[in-house]
Amino acid sequence: MNWLVSIRDQRDRFIVPVVLILAWECLSRSGWLPASLLPAPSTVCVSWADWIFSTDQSTQANSGRWIFDALSSSLRVFAGYAIAAFSGIALGVAIGWWRWVERTIEPTLQMLRPVPPVSWIPLAIIWFGIANKPAIFLVFLGAFFPVLMNAIHGVKTVDRNLIRAASMMGASESQILRFVVLPAALPSIFAGLRIAIGSAWMLTVTAEMVAVKSGLGYVLWDSYYFMRFDLVIAAMTSIGLLGFLTDWAIKLVMSRVLHWQHGQTVQGRKH
Amino acid sequence: MAAIELKDIVKIYADRKRGTELLTIDHVDLSVDSNEFLCLLGPSGCGKSTLLNMIAGFETASSGTVSVAGKSITGPGADRGMVFQQATLMPWLNVWENIAFSLKLAGKSASEQREAAQPFIDMVKLGGFENHYPSELSGGMAQRVGIARALLLNPAVILMDEPFAALDAQTKIEMQEELVSIWQRHQGTVVFVTHSVDEALVLGSQVAVMTHRPGRIRELIKLDLPRPRDSTSPEFNEYKRHILALIREESALARADVAANA
Repeated sequence: MNWLVSIRDQRDRFIVPVVLILAWECLSRSGWLPASLLPAPSTVCVSWADWIFSTDQSTQANSGRWIFDALSSSLRVFAGYAIAAFSGIALGVAIGWWRWVERTIEPTLQMLRPVPPVSWIPLAIIWFGIANKPAIFLVFLGAFFPVLMNAIHGVKTVDRNLIRAASMMGASESQILRFVVLPAALPSIFAGLRIAIGSAWMLTVTAEMVAVKSGLGYVLWDSYYFMRFDLVIAAMTSIGLLGFLTDWAIKLVMSRVLHWQHGQTVQGRKH
Repeated sequence: MAAIELKDIVKIYADRKRGTELLTIDHVDLSVDSNEFLCLLGPSGCGKSTLLNMIAGFETASSGTVSVAGKSITGPGADRGMVFQQATLMPWLNVWENIAFSLKLAGKSASEQREAAQPFIDMVKLGGFENHYPSELSGGMAQRVGIARALLLNPAVILMDEPFAALDAQTKIEMQEELVSIWQRHQGTVVFVTHSVDEALVLGSQVAVMTHRPGRIRELIKLDLPRPRDSTSPEFNEYKRHILALIREESALARADVAANA
């Protein structure tokens, strides 16, 4: 019964969500709030179950389709995020390291950065049509800049003496980049990657509402047209859950890669 | 042939804030023979670290030449091992990986690195800490890793920039003793920057006392003292009195300069 013990030890975490959900259930059931505007959690769960497992056909066309919707959203996030992470790290390291790259490329990027990714939707649809591509493009735009900015910052704040130490040991410039600058910048790069995964989900859902005909965001917006707020909330929760899981996965990779930071940094006060 | 040869070194910094040029090193000539342990001693700001960085290849002279083993220095290289004031270890590498970093750069496999690092780990008495990360080491232990890392390069010249300045008194004495015994066994030329007269007298075979800014060599003193050095002996204190008098004079001149410029 290990899991029971661990739940008991971590009960602090559950108090607030459990109270909130109970209060919401009571409010909806008592008729204080019209059930059509805010369905009770139990109603949401029943619809969600049908969306996932096709239990009672209450979600009609969506019944049993959850895994496809979740997968198509996840794939868009994954594709756009992977492109953004790769190009953001590569370009960020180059901008941080070489002055001439900074001078030639950075001003252009800084002018594009304040343009909200969402405002690219019309152009994205014209260029890529209604399908995966505009969503991936938007995800890329949203995830690219946090990764880029943090990679630049990480490279620029590398301790100069570490570079001196490496060159004293005979490191070439490419070795300094690979064995000193990149590992030294990783904590900052991971901070960017975690911000970026949040933007990535935000933009997938936005794109699916407007420019794609599948995915969790599409179901969310479609259910709104049919006044199925139980499904809207189920979709919101699904997106939140997937966002949480992907962030957790990145955190896991991060704690593996940055294990050397333990004992060197504040890990959060106990009391 | 001298192991290290500094010829007519001048260093001028552009002081952007005042819009002037600052002469920090003024025609320094210095030659260090093989297997000497030279301590560079001088008031703060006299340019002793700058001289060391020039030998290391991190800084270039405004005029004059620096050569090591007859070859003129154009940049940093593995023929000169440097130990920094702060240990400057790679925080993401453990002790043996830090010590063997130069072998990783040379493309050696992890097992070759591990094997080659072991004698140096033993030499600086870090057995049992091979897999610790720098954040888990004390200042003295981190500095030992820095020394082992420089020794593994098997350099003709070892450069040390106040490596024990940040350590507590007890650790400092232990490290000084170990350094001398390593130098005696290992042989090699050492240039050691310090601002402590006692440290220079405990370690050095020669002491070069620098003037206040702009730095010149005020006096090159060959230490004729038996090892291990006895800091209470009359000879030791004779040297100490002489060097302290030089440094006091230079510090007074430095203060007079500041007062005149104010």
